Amino acid sequence: MTVEPRRSPLDGLDVHREGVRLRELPFPSQVDLRLDPVGTAANRVAQSLGTPLPVVPNTVVVSGDRHTLWLGPDEWLVVGPDGDAPVVVRALREALGTEPGSVVDVSANRVVLELSGARARDVLEQGCSIDLHPRAFGPERCAQTLLARANVLLYQVNEMPTYWVMVRPSFAEYLVSWLLDAARCPRVGADRSGRGTDPSS
Amino acid sequence: MLLIPCPWCGDRDETEFHYGGQAHVAYPQSPDALSDAQWAEYLFVRDNPKGEFAERWCHNAGCRRWFNLVRDTATHQIVVQR
Repeated sequence: MTVEPRRSPLDGLDVHREGVRLRELPFPSQVDLRLDPVGTAANRVAQSLGTPLPVVPNTVVVSGDRHTLWLGPDEWLVVGPDGDAPVVVRALREALGTEPGSVVDVSANRVVLELSGARARDVLEQGCSIDLHPRAFGPERCAQTLLARANVLLYQVNEMPTYWVMVRPSFAEYLVSWLLDAARCPRVGADRSGRGTDPSS
Repeated sequence: MLLIPCPWCGDRDETEFHYGGQAHVAYPQSPDALSDAQWAEYLFVRDNPKGEFAERWCHNAGCRRWFNLVRDTATHQIVVQR
């Protein structure tokens, strides 16, 4: 019997289209953490991760190659590189101790799509109702919202801008098709450079 | 479409939320002492005011937390978060 090499849900998709790059970040480690943010376990978890947990809604704390995303007042998602999940789960379970809470490896729960390039925000704005303008959204901000009617966890990684669009695997192909289509369509009112009209700039 | 203020995530579209009906409906102290009519009243009968109404919402597509707010059923104006 031969062992098939493992394949990510989008098989390592990586395409450039009209000033944006869309690629899948294959096999990210994702660990869901729930605990009381004012309990003593929160301090031990902060030490274990090397940074305090983000308590401001919809923000992200980055520590090395681990990104801790706020999902709720008592819930976070720790995203790391391939193979990191067992390490994180062990460390967080130890830090949680006997306090109420949970640490669950949810690496297969979401596909991580990386959308980057000068027009990345224009593309997302065609299907997302939250304000992604720098005055309201920026690096180290995240939001759970709807993008083209699909539930997504959206995270702006840097100023470029680079976004991570995290979506259930069963929605991933649909969302990729939608994103590539949106990348082809200039926004209504966009000038020839492809950038939308922006009253503040 | 309503713009609903989630206490955690801020203003979001109504499509991100799930409606939970009237707020502050207390579970009966001793359910087994109730008559069928009283139990049905607790389960199914809700106020239906024209005007301010305290109701439950859940931010399903966001932080998935329940919260209360007061909405005017005639104007859809969200009066206060409670």
